[in-house]
Amino acid sequence: MRRMLTLGLLAALVATTALAEPAVGPDRPLADAAQEARARELFTDIRCVVCQHEAIADSPAAIAADMRALVREQIAEGQSDEAIRRDLVRRYGDYVLFTPPFRWGTLVLWLGPFLLAIGAGTALFMRARRRKPEEAALDEREEAELDAWIKADDESGQA
Amino acid sequence: MIVELGSFALILSLVLSVLGAVMATWGRIQRRPVIAGAASAAMLASALAIVVAFAALVFAYVTSDFSVANVAANSHTDKPMFYKIAGAWGNHEGSLLLWCLVLTAFGAVLGLSRGLPFGLKTSAVAVQAVLSTMFLSFAAFTSNPFNRLLEAPVQGRSLNPLLQDPALAIHPPLLYMGYVGFSVCFSLAVAALIEKRVDPAWGRWVRPWALASWALLTVGIGLGSFWAYYELGWGGWWFWDPVENASFLPWLAGAALLHSAIVTERRGALAGWTVFLSILAFTFSMLGAFLVRSGVLTSVHAFAVDPERGMMLLAILGIASGAAFVLFALRAPAIRSMATFAPVSREGMLVLNNLFLTTAAVTVLLGTLYPLLLEATTGATISVGPPYFNAVFAPLMAVACVILPAGPFLAWKRGDLKGALQRLRFAALLAVAGAGLAFVLFDPKKALAAAGIGLGLWLILGAIFEVAERTRAMRAPLAETLRRGRNLPLGAWGMALAHAGLGVFILGAVVETGFKVEAARALPLKGEVAAGPWKVRLDEVNIVEGPNYLAEQGKLTVARADGRGREKTVTAERRFFPAGGQTTTEVGLDFRGLDDVYVVMGERGQTEAGEQSWVVRLYWNPWARLIFLGPLMMALGGLVSLLDRRLRVGAGPGARRRKEVGA
Repeated sequence: MRRMLTLGLLAALVATTALAEPAVGPDRPLADAAQEARARELFTDIRCVVCQHEAIADSPAAIAADMRALVREQIAEGQSDEAIRRDLVRRYGDYVLFTPPFRWGTLVLWLGPFLLAIGAGTALFMRARRRKPEEAALDEREEAELDAWIKADDESGQA
Repeated sequence: MIVELGSFALILSLVLSVLGAVMATWGRIQRRPVIAGAASAAMLASALAIVVAFAALVFAYVTSDFSVANVAANSHTDKPMFYKIAGAWGNHEGSLLLWCLVLTAFGAVLGLSRGLPFGLKTSAVAVQAVLSTMFLSFAAFTSNPFNRLLEAPVQGRSLNPLLQDPALAIHPPLLYMGYVGFSVCFSLAVAALIEKRVDPAWGRWVRPWALASWALLTVGIGLGSFWAYYELGWGGWWFWDPVENASFLPWLAGAALLHSAIVTERRGALAGWTVFLSILAFTFSMLGAFLVRSGVLTSVHAFAVDPERGMMLLAILGIASGAAFVLFALRAPAIRSMATFAPVSREGMLVLNNLFLTTAAVTVLLGTLYPLLLEATTGATISVGPPYFNAVFAPLMAVACVILPAGPFLAWKRGDLKGALQRLRFAALLAVAGAGLAFVLFDPKKALAAAGIGLGLWLILGAIFEVAERTRAMRAPLAETLRRGRNLPLGAWGMALAHAGLGVFILGAVVETGFKVEAARALPLKGEVAAGPWKVRLDEVNIVEGPNYLAEQGKLTVARADGRGREKTVTAERRFFPAGGQTTTEVGLDFRGLDDVYVVMGERGQTEAGEQSWVVRLYWNPWARLIFLGPLMMALGGLVSLLDRRLRVGAGPGARRRKEVGA
């Protein structure tokens, strides 16, 4: 009985959701394989504006399907990728692209990591070069310190 | 009653932690081992109390006690028992209790550990107790999982059905052991700064904790990624989502830490840097907790969206890390590096490794926080997603991976780069040949992907050649090689395994990302859809009833499009959970060698002819197996390293020396 009831419930739910919002069917891919490949490449960079952190390539949301259709349409019209991106940014703002814009405000974001790697690398290299590669043998103080280390080491090992 | 006991145990644990912190500080200042010992005992008691609290929470979940607000909000009588239990940590309050459990348990282990010098140990226990106090206060005062409802509902609101999954049930405990394991490194680092003593012995204490935490975190993140891969139903495994990044940050810092700790332990160099990374790793863990639980980030995985709790977590983060970094700034200049080394040496390579891993961590940090900072300062909203990380993170890591295999071939102090490259020339040749072959064979031709395959091969071959070199494989008789293999320290095996694992992961990630093929079609019964070399036929669709869901279950046959090979049947489901009104997908996965054939059932509809049809999405994910095998190898490598006798307490170089003297 319970099973019948739940099945009935499911059927009702399927029916009502179907009425409320037509199910999102699969996309109609573009006939031209090269154009379709371009479209898919673009989908991964475009953010679904109602989702949390999803590209329209992945999102099951209806608006993502609409945006995919829009992009395909524009590609079919012969627009360049750049023009399509510009158009999306005009409609939804920079937020819509997963690639952050390159401008003054985002310089640190784009260049920071590389500058850090190069800067730190250079600093380390300069320091290493300044330091004499031939180290003198340990002086007396260092020898004493070394003995202390070994002793402390043994003690910690014994416990 | 039992719930009240849990609530009481939580408060008791907090009181004991405060007591532990006070007594450890007092015992340290007065140099009185008895009081310091009592502090350790308080930490143990605090951990036991939180075990009782956690057991009480699990009990409330098992018995579906909906008078407890937390249970009512996150459980349901129809849920299978396994998920009722896992539900205890599938929410903000419960998972915070788990965090506190791990934190106090590690504090107890620290208190019980022998062999640490008195000052270092007592200070570390004090720091760990302060950390426990802060997080336990947060749990008890803002996120108490034992709060009762005045009027208990008849039924609970159920766990998010996406979380009803075995991988996700065990993912948080592993992840938290990793995150919180770094708290011990943090405490040891702050203690070392307090004691003004950073030496190889200290490095030997930090390294196992770093190694274990990192290995656990690797498995935890891997499981989370695998869950996203088969549960979310769009074939992705890493989205550079802010919450994923939040778990990746401590992982990167931990990876840097366990490498720099080697230098500190073996050579006494980089001491200050190792201390810094120890503080940084747990700071990233706490930052992750803040980002996930405060609601400042929008993410698929965001936890409790509550700004007030966020402020509390930010305060904890600011106090703990702020104090630690100030102490570091004051004391670090006094830390004298013990040893010097030439730029071309094992140490030099490990410094490079740290340079790249740290830069990688900075990149992930920037990518995660930049949108927040930019919006706060200028009001501009931007998104930072995969294209950014592919452009900045990937090349930095690629350079690091190119350099990596040479490291183990260089001697400590002063290495012979020419010799190392000579011994690696066959590995390099094979890797380049592999990349060339991949470029010719894989369709479509992708130069970058081929280069990535070469890079993965280079890491794997580099690890193999390193072991071969050390065991004199192919050059000495087999018996000699086997003897050398047995005598090779476990640390060396672990390192080779972990480095090869990174190569395996890169192979999988590059091939899957570069060459996956997807197709979607509305299929009537007996309809077919093809992607890459695979085709799938929809055989039947049934409605099945699960314990707390109803599902449309499709049975599909996977076969090669060219008719060769065996056919296999997979089931894919669309589950509907009446309790929460949510729908989830259960992906049909056909493991074919290294490849996955990945089938998702979509909505029901009608074809133009009026037949019933279902949207079936088919993905061919070549070499996807390697994406999850790689991290597993890395974690296993960490584990093997951890078993190395040199890392075991009381079995340091000193012990060996004594044995030799005695012999």
